[in-house]
Amino acid sequence: MRISVVGVQGDVEEHVLATRKAMESAGYSGEVIPVRQKGIVSESDGVIIPGGESTTISKLIFREGIADEIIESAESGVPVMGTCAGLITLAKHGDDEVEKTGQKLLGLMDTWVKRNAFGRQRESFEVELDIKGIGRYNAVFIRAPAILKVGKGVDVVAKLNDYIVGAVQKNLLAFAFHPELTDDIRIHRLFLDMAKR
Amino acid sequence: MIVDLKKLRFGTELLKRGFAKMQKGGVIMDVTTAEQAQIAEDAGAVAVMALHKVPADIRAAGGVARMADPRIIQEIMDSVTIPVMAKVRIGHFAEAQILEALGVDMIDESEVLTPADEMYHINKREFKVPFVCGARNLGEALRRIDEGAAMIRTKGEAGTGNVAEAVRHMRIIMGAIRELKGKSEEELKLYARKIEAPYELVFETAELQRLPVVNFAAGGIATPADASLMMQLGADGVFVGSGIFKSEDPERMARAIVEAVNYYDDPTTLAEISKGLGEPMKGIDIRTLEEHEKLQTRGV
Repeated sequence: MRISVVGVQGDVEEHVLATRKAMESAGYSGEVIPVRQKGIVSESDGVIIPGGESTTISKLIFREGIADEIIESAESGVPVMGTCAGLITLAKHGDDEVEKTGQKLLGLMDTWVKRNAFGRQRESFEVELDIKGIGRYNAVFIRAPAILKVGKGVDVVAKLNDYIVGAVQKNLLAFAFHPELTDDIRIHRLFLDMAKR
Repeated sequence: MIVDLKKLRFGTELLKRGFAKMQKGGVIMDVTTAEQAQIAEDAGAVAVMALHKVPADIRAAGGVARMADPRIIQEIMDSVTIPVMAKVRIGHFAEAQILEALGVDMIDESEVLTPADEMYHINKREFKVPFVCGARNLGEALRRIDEGAAMIRTKGEAGTGNVAEAVRHMRIIMGAIRELKGKSEEELKLYARKIEAPYELVFETAELQRLPVVNFAAGGIATPADASLMMQLGADGVFVGSGIFKSEDPERMARAIVEAVNYYDDPTTLAEISKGLGEPMKGIDIRTLEEHEKLQTRGV
């Protein structure tokens, strides 16, 4: 299998390494490619949009044409996972910050997102979460966004008090935290299992 | 799920280093006003560095350079949605406490400002906010990481618009990391003593074949080609200080440098990006600087 990690900005290398590790543990053979230009996403069995600055990532993927390829892949059923900035990028509905910065969204998931929902870096935190289908999980939130509400067809898999921090819509996965920053590869494994099908 | 808010863990090493990792592949721009911060955000900067004066003006003004007025920093924080960083003097932990209280996202303990402590850097582990520090070589970089820095940048020679020193520092650091490869435990211990760095960090760097934290280029980057050069030498991203707002057309230069970091290894696209940007900042030949005018020798 081939997994693309959108590589224009953010913690791309961490996702590549976590995905490779998950591949190995699952016994899947394949490659994981950081993608900075168009032409590769379309040929992939799964796409990951990493953490980073969502304003920057959005500008670069739309400018380069990677955005259209992600939309096409997602609509054809290829699994796409977005973490942190990726969760924002996948969404249909932005908040006032998204509007103010003129940030374009992929508009794939029926989610209402809020950027920097928990505050600035000093309000960033780690916490033990319960994730549906995964169980107890140490989640790392860095200037993290959150989902305020979801439309029909979106399954909420993780919540932190009033905020939705994990959601699945058919072949699309969104997490507000960073599974790529810890050694726990269960989320990447879940994603790869979807890509395998 | 209802989580007891007391169970949230703040300011951990993972969160500090993780924040720095989110900046990778990005451009962090020096700004002195809310308007400039907006321009930087619109251009695609991953963060801004809020300053009273850009390094070129600090250099020209002389005297003691200090932390910026918190009011300017606050205005910049209120004007953009991306992270805001700010500088403190080397060793000035009170300035750092003030910036932490203000809520800046990262503190740059910077040689660009006049050092406040000739002996010690700030004990950065005491803070919840992450720090970035400058380094000219592997010893400096690992000492700063040992003190708690979550991110390293080359010192270069700030405010000169001359990339030569940033190149020198990046080559020295990357070269030293390559040299660690294949060294035995005894040799690594000897090397650690020689560069006055903790053995554990030398060992970790040898294993990883990179610094244990994100490593950016800074100090003299003025054009898209400069940004590409630093990325090709192994930088994780770039800081641009005076290079944007001392150029003829800051909006275009800012956008071009952001694109150049993404296309750093694609000369054909870089050629397009570099066309007709107007005059970059004028700059200074490092060889015309007296030793005491160099900022990079501060805080080793």
